Amino acid sequence: MALGTTIGIHKRKQQQRRQIIEGAIVIAIALIFVVILPALIPAFRLRSLGRFLALAIVALGIDLIWGYTGLLSLGHGIFFALGGYAIAMHLNLQLPEGQLPEFFTLYGVDRLPWFWEPFNSFPFTILALVIIPGIVAGLLGYLVFRNRIKGVYFSILTQAALIVFYNFFNGQQELINGTNGLKTDTERIFGVLASSPQAQRTFYILTILSLVAVYYLCRWLTSGRFGRILIAIRDDETRVRFTGYNPTGFKVLVFAISGAIAGIAGALYTVQTGIITPSAMEVAFSIEMVIWVAVGGRGTLIGAILGTLIVRLAQTFLSERYPESWLFFQGALFLIVVTVLPNGIVGLFRDLIGEKGRSLLGFRRKSFTYPSLEEDPEVQEEEEELSPR
Amino acid sequence: MKQGKILEIENVTVSFDGFKALNQLSFSMDAGELRVIIGPNGAGKTTFMDVITGKVQPTEGKVIFDGRNLRRLPEHKIARLGIGRKFQTPRVYLNLTVRENLDLVCSRNKDVFPTLFGRPSAAEMRTVSGLLETIGLEAKANLPAALLSHGEKQRLEIGMLVAQSPDLLLVDEPAAGLTDEETDNLAALLLSLAKSHSIIAIEHDMEFVRQIANNKVTVLHQGSVLCEGSMDEVQNDPRVIEVYLGQPQEEIQQQELEKVSHESSH
Repeated sequence: MALGTTIGIHKRKQQQRRQIIEGAIVIAIALIFVVILPALIPAFRLRSLGRFLALAIVALGIDLIWGYTGLLSLGHGIFFALGGYAIAMHLNLQLPEGQLPEFFTLYGVDRLPWFWEPFNSFPFTILALVIIPGIVAGLLGYLVFRNRIKGVYFSILTQAALIVFYNFFNGQQELINGTNGLKTDTERIFGVLASSPQAQRTFYILTILSLVAVYYLCRWLTSGRFGRILIAIRDDETRVRFTGYNPTGFKVLVFAISGAIAGIAGALYTVQTGIITPSAMEVAFSIEMVIWVAVGGRGTLIGAILGTLIVRLAQTFLSERYPESWLFFQGALFLIVVTVLPNGIVGLFRDLIGEKGRSLLGFRRKSFTYPSLEEDPEVQEEEEELSPR
Repeated sequence: MKQGKILEIENVTVSFDGFKALNQLSFSMDAGELRVIIGPNGAGKTTFMDVITGKVQPTEGKVIFDGRNLRRLPEHKIARLGIGRKFQTPRVYLNLTVRENLDLVCSRNKDVFPTLFGRPSAAEMRTVSGLLETIGLEAKANLPAALLSHGEKQRLEIGMLVAQSPDLLLVDEPAAGLTDEETDNLAALLLSLAKSHSIIAIEHDMEFVRQIANNKVTVLHQGSVLCEGSMDEVQNDPRVIEVYLGQPQEEIQQQELEKVSHESSH
């Protein structure tokens, strides 16, 4: 027992140390992005980097629902677009009293549709771009999970929902300007033009802060009992039921959170792109989100961020030089990840650099010959006693 | 421990597209009993457990656990009422550590928000350490369950069942795939658990049945109870001999062979 407690204390200390190191790394990286990068790269590059970082946020949401809970959603474009439309409409409504956004008058609408009224308020809009996608995801999730639809059927249903939303948004000229979408670049936010360097700089920093915040939210959700239940649901849902947990509630909640995260990402992406159109709900885009997570490594969170940045940067680079090649490259990338790197880039790093990294950081090397010795605590203890400190 | 009947099943029929997996089955057992259920393949043993645990809804009839009708209750509610189930192959969460496996089951409040915001109480942590000691996996508490051997997984799963503190334990072919020594240990473990729990064990292995059946044995055949009694009575019942024990020797051997090849194919 005494041995158990000392090991416990030792572990906790190690854990604390690891948390401090990790926090420091996160802050350092954030500072590099906020302070150093803007000085180094041209403004238009920075703007696309900001958009990629916004996409990394939605990838975190996908990792939460797919990597941890095992539910492959192909419909996250819905929640992404809802967040984008919310912020875009708020910007479009920044007009003198009594005026309407231009497109409304084109279609002969002379009064603001009632559901857009509250979007005059900035606090409401911020709340709405999180809560509306969250509620829509929650409702969709409740209907699907309550009926115990899972696996491929869940994926197909999310995709069907995506298509429904896509067609609906495309067809509603009078309400949301249909196919043309909503522009934000020419609009003002707090009196500043949304496309001005000053505003863009603020959006960029906000994106980084949101990314860090969402990352820590996901970390908190996936550690502890809640996170373990998610993994248990992914690995053996039936067993979870027989131990007295109702998986439905957990899945609905995590899907709603994932949707809300996508909403935040959509809003940040929209203001840095300058426009939101129904094309954000095209099937290919939602599948692309899944590819980012697969490339980075499922169930690792950090992999979702890395995957998004790497794939998007590669896309920018390749399509500038060889405009036609990107789609082939993307297909090949996905094939490689599925066949050769099932754990993505993070998994590859763990396998390749893991060993060297361990010894560099002062951890004990893993033995190659008898892996079972690695797991035998008695052997470990003996080794610890013998090895000079 | 509770008194009286812990489980009563009245005229339960389960039909899948016209095929009756259970046919007007009635069954009852007292609290504190260890009941062994045997029966040839396809007798409806697993469906019987599915009906009790809520995985399958009976087409007709009712299941009463501790005075409560279980009709239309979902699995997790039945589990919370105090029915634990052990599956044939050990089903532990391979990506979680041994301690985390036990901790999940041990948790008192299994609703979504308490799980998200709550922290394990001191009592729960004590229960987990106590269980780790009981199942002899203290030293491996922080290893992922995927690294355990088959026998260790079985022990972990039984630990998880006990952590759930059920009143009624359902155990499906626990001896399958175990060595002779492990089987003996398991029999001892089940008998000691029987002192504080009611247990239903489904078993194929007649040797194992003799080891644990100190009480009544129930024989299922074609979805109904064929007969009930002590091991000796059952073995000497002509109907049982006809449908199960008295099959021509070759056929039994054939079945054994099939069983072995079935297991090794997993």
